[in-house]
Amino acid sequence: MPEKILEMKNLVKTYRMGDEEQVVLKGIDLEINRGDFLSVLGPSGSGKSTLMNIIGCLDVPTSGSYYLSGERIEDLPETVLSHIRNREIGFIFQQFQLLPRLSAQKNVELPLIYAGVPEKERQLRSADILKRVGLAEKMKNRPNQLSGGQQQRVAIARALVTEPTILLADEPTGALDQQTGHQIMELFKELYQEGKTIVMITHDADVAKNGSRIVRIVDGNLSEGVYNA
Amino acid sequence: MLKESIKMALENIISNKMRSFLTMLGIIIGVGSVIALITIVSGATSTVTDQVASMGANTVTIQVQGTPLKHGLTQGDVNKIAELSNIEGIAPTISGQTTVAFDGNSMDEISLQGKNDVYFENTEDVISAGRIINPIDTENKSRVALIGNDIANELYVGENPIGQEIKIGGITYQVIGILQESDSFAQANTNKAVMIPYTTAMGVVGAKYINSLTVYVADEAQADTTTRQIEGVLTKAFNGDDDGYSIVNMQSILETIEEMTSILSMMLGGIASISLVVGGIGIMNMMLVSVTERTSEIGLRKALGAEPKQIQLQFLIESVVLCLIGGIIGFGLGVILAWVVANLIGTSFALTASTVLLAIGFSAVIGVVFGFMPARKASRLNPIDALRSI
Ligand SMILES: Nc1ncnc2c1ncn2[C@@H]1O[C@H](COP(=O)(O)OP(=O)(O)OP(=O)(O)O)[C@@H](O)[C@H]1O
Ligand SMILES: [Mg+2]
Repeated sequence: MPEKILEMKNLVKTYRMGDEEQVVLKGIDLEINRGDFLSVLGPSGSGKSTLMNIIGCLDVPTSGSYYLSGERIEDLPETVLSHIRNREIGFIFQQFQLLPRLSAQKNVELPLIYAGVPEKERQLRSADILKRVGLAEKMKNRPNQLSGGQQQRVAIARALVTEPTILLADEPTGALDQQTGHQIMELFKELYQEGKTIVMITHDADVAKNGSRIVRIVDGNLSEGVYNA
Repeated sequence: MLKESIKMALENIISNKMRSFLTMLGIIIGVGSVIALITIVSGATSTVTDQVASMGANTVTIQVQGTPLKHGLTQGDVNKIAELSNIEGIAPTISGQTTVAFDGNSMDEISLQGKNDVYFENTEDVISAGRIINPIDTENKSRVALIGNDIANELYVGENPIGQEIKIGGITYQVIGILQESDSFAQANTNKAVMIPYTTAMGVVGAKYINSLTVYVADEAQADTTTRQIEGVLTKAFNGDDDGYSIVNMQSILETIEEMTSILSMMLGGIASISLVVGGIGIMNMMLVSVTERTSEIGLRKALGAEPKQIQLQFLIESVVLCLIGGIIGFGLGVILAWVVANLIGTSFALTASTVLLAIGFSAVIGVVFGFMPARKASRLNPIDALRSI
């Protein structure tokens, strides 16, 4: 029996622009089990990032329900949402979002600081995870001393280090050339093999194919399953 | 978390050296000028009050100009003052001009000062050798004299004047001591002066009036009351005419000086504080720029789980650290400036612990006050907008 870790029911997100209301997510039903590698495929403007923000607890739905690890995410105080993000979510961004002044290792340690992990343990855990993504030699390098692929590996390490419930990646290969993108996808697949739960957002059908499940989002509507190119 | 925040703040300040320094400049100048002014003024104040106090904080001095009918005070008037309460002692002075001679050599335009033992007991370092005029000298109208340094050098070349005779205004005295050499700028130069018991001046020399009095009060706190009582006696002594004398209460002068300098110090400090406020606005400006520049960093930190409170703390610490560094540099420069000025104008230089605390406290407070708004702005950024802003 697969363990359900995420459930959305009839989830709606509307943005209000002055007098106009724009419904960006139009009643989304989605379930994710532990160990899924879900690709969310959709064209630009379809609402992918909006969905990701809600999954990542950076934003809350206008209506409908969203359960993450059995906990209902709604209009909670920022402080509570920040704790949930820290514990449950590992973000991976298109533009890596590393802090340029910090070494690779320090970047990986950041979420552990906010989790209140003591310095010694932070160093051990960040070193371990950087080894895992193949950057044992580059721990002291700053982001600008790393290639794009290496930077994304650091970002993946940062997402993994807190052992979150979900790895949430928004166009993780969007800023990389095809070959490097491919390597990153290989890493994702390895993580999937290890049992990590991954949600990957992309507009690229080839990239989406790496997932174990694909959902399509078009104009705020989500449909499961069949992928037709 | 706090340690991390301080580390991050320092890293950020160092990575923006030039901008951080320029921003700090306001605080440096502000704290520097406040510290310099306060230190200079308090040094000058203590120098002045020390000088005044060395004349005796418990003294009431009376200068007698006299009236056409009565040219000065008599012994009887002095006795009446002595009968008042809170009087510890009275030192009358009779002053005049005379000539001195020894062994065929003479000097003129010598200041003759009649004093009593009370004067010597209450005044330090009057003589450099010999003994002072004692109560028995005063009582017996002894013909003893203390002579100025120039007189000792000119009349007794190669000899010790003490124990020798001296002719003052034609009368023979015995030299019992030598007055301390006074430097040429001293207001009361006694190098060409002789001091004898005032009773001798009245009884032997023939002076009729006492020209000035120093009254030593027992309780300084009651100096005002005693001064008023003395005024009563004096006015009566001059038949109701209060133009015959002037009376100065040293305690009230000291109080006035202290009051004035503390007002001065507060005023100057206040003016200098304006530059601190300007410095604080500079800090606020830099912090606001920093928040805008690091919007995506803030968004990222929030996505990674930073609480708004933690973001706020980080920026607040950054502004406090910035101010503290500026404050410490400013403090150093202010102290150096105060030291140089104190040496130039010859006042004392003292650094108090409260000045140190003031400098550090002031800069920390400015960091908090002017860092608060930018820090709160950072903590309230919406992480989605913040992440998008790359
Ligand atoms: N904060 C907002 N306020 C108003 N409208 C918004 C806001 N954020 C997104 N939208 C609108 O919602 C729609 C979906 O945006 P979203 O960013 O989710 O698209 P996307 O699928 O991520 O597109 P892309 O592939 O280009 O990133 C767009 O029409 C956008 O204009
Ligand atoms: Mg998007």
